Amino acid sequence: MHEMSIAQSLVDILKEEMVKNRAKVLRSVKLNIGRLSAIVPEALSFCFEIIVSGTHMEGAKLVMEMIPLEAACLDCEKVFEIEDYAFSCPYCKSPNIKTIAGQDLSIVEMEVD
Amino acid sequence: MKIAVVKNILEANDRIAQENRALFDENGVTVMNLMSSPGAGKTSLLEKTIQALKGDLTLGVIEGDIQSSKDAERIARMDIPVVQINTGGACHLDGNMIRDTFGEFNFEELDLLVVENVGNLVCPAEFKVGEDFKAMILSVTEGEDKPAKYPLMFHESSVLLINKTDLLPYVDCTVEGIREEALKINPHLVIFEISCRTGDGLEAWYDWLKQEVRARKKA
Repeated sequence: MHEMSIAQSLVDILKEEMVKNRAKVLRSVKLNIGRLSAIVPEALSFCFEIIVSGTHMEGAKLVMEMIPLEAACLDCEKVFEIEDYAFSCPYCKSPNIKTIAGQDLSIVEMEVD
Repeated sequence: MKIAVVKNILEANDRIAQENRALFDENGVTVMNLMSSPGAGKTSLLEKTIQALKGDLTLGVIEGDIQSSKDAERIARMDIPVVQINTGGACHLDGNMIRDTFGEFNFEELDLLVVENVGNLVCPAEFKVGEDFKAMILSVTEGEDKPAKYPLMFHESSVLLINKTDLLPYVDCTVEGIREEALKINPHLVIFEISCRTGDGLEAWYDWLKQEVRARKKA
């Protein structure tokens, strides 16, 4: 249940951004959650709601987009989606691949008043 | 009003972990973040490893548990510096908790610091503590399906120790099966088959670890 720590980090960043932008109310936050991260979206929403209840962020919606895992092969240079967490190239079978998407856990956008 | 933010949610922890790492590097300390499920054998592996390497290397240990100082007491008996962190409910260690222990160690004298994370196959993999590498243990009693079920930890680890191989005759699990599943997720994993109980396979692990520490000392 590390979603509580992650929700707390998220709220800390949101607070900072709201002060910076002189925002009063937080309407929604868009997050990108990579398939590799071990986050359960429902658990993150639940923890977020608990932390913000009674604050000026109460009622804000978390919009989470799951980002598929994508990689590029360093040998044959093809780009592909990683399925079933198989971290090797499906074309040339090389284990030398670079993950280019799906590892992130980031805030993309917030809507405020 | 919409504001574009684009920030890594874990950036605060990543930053502290980076600062920890800089301090370790400055002092030539190799830091291993040791992770596994509860009961896979982290503390047993540490006891064996300390016993074997104590003569060659100066070691320190940070023990992470939700509650109790049982593990730190086991390590303290071996007469090396150890600090117990009780997370009080949190399922993992983070950069900040590690930083809080710094007053307890003399890093100039340390070669290897082992951070024994909270027993958990999910959360610890998500939080950096400032380690050089992550090592994980999977015991044969846990089954071959664990890499597929908990891919992040297998993906993030550099080393996998398959422990309790002495129990193989009694379980429906094969070392080949674990290898195959784990290497699918992380083809670069260095794998050791060990039994902390009988001592089987541990020599190869000690040699590998000593080499890692020496390589960083030189660099």
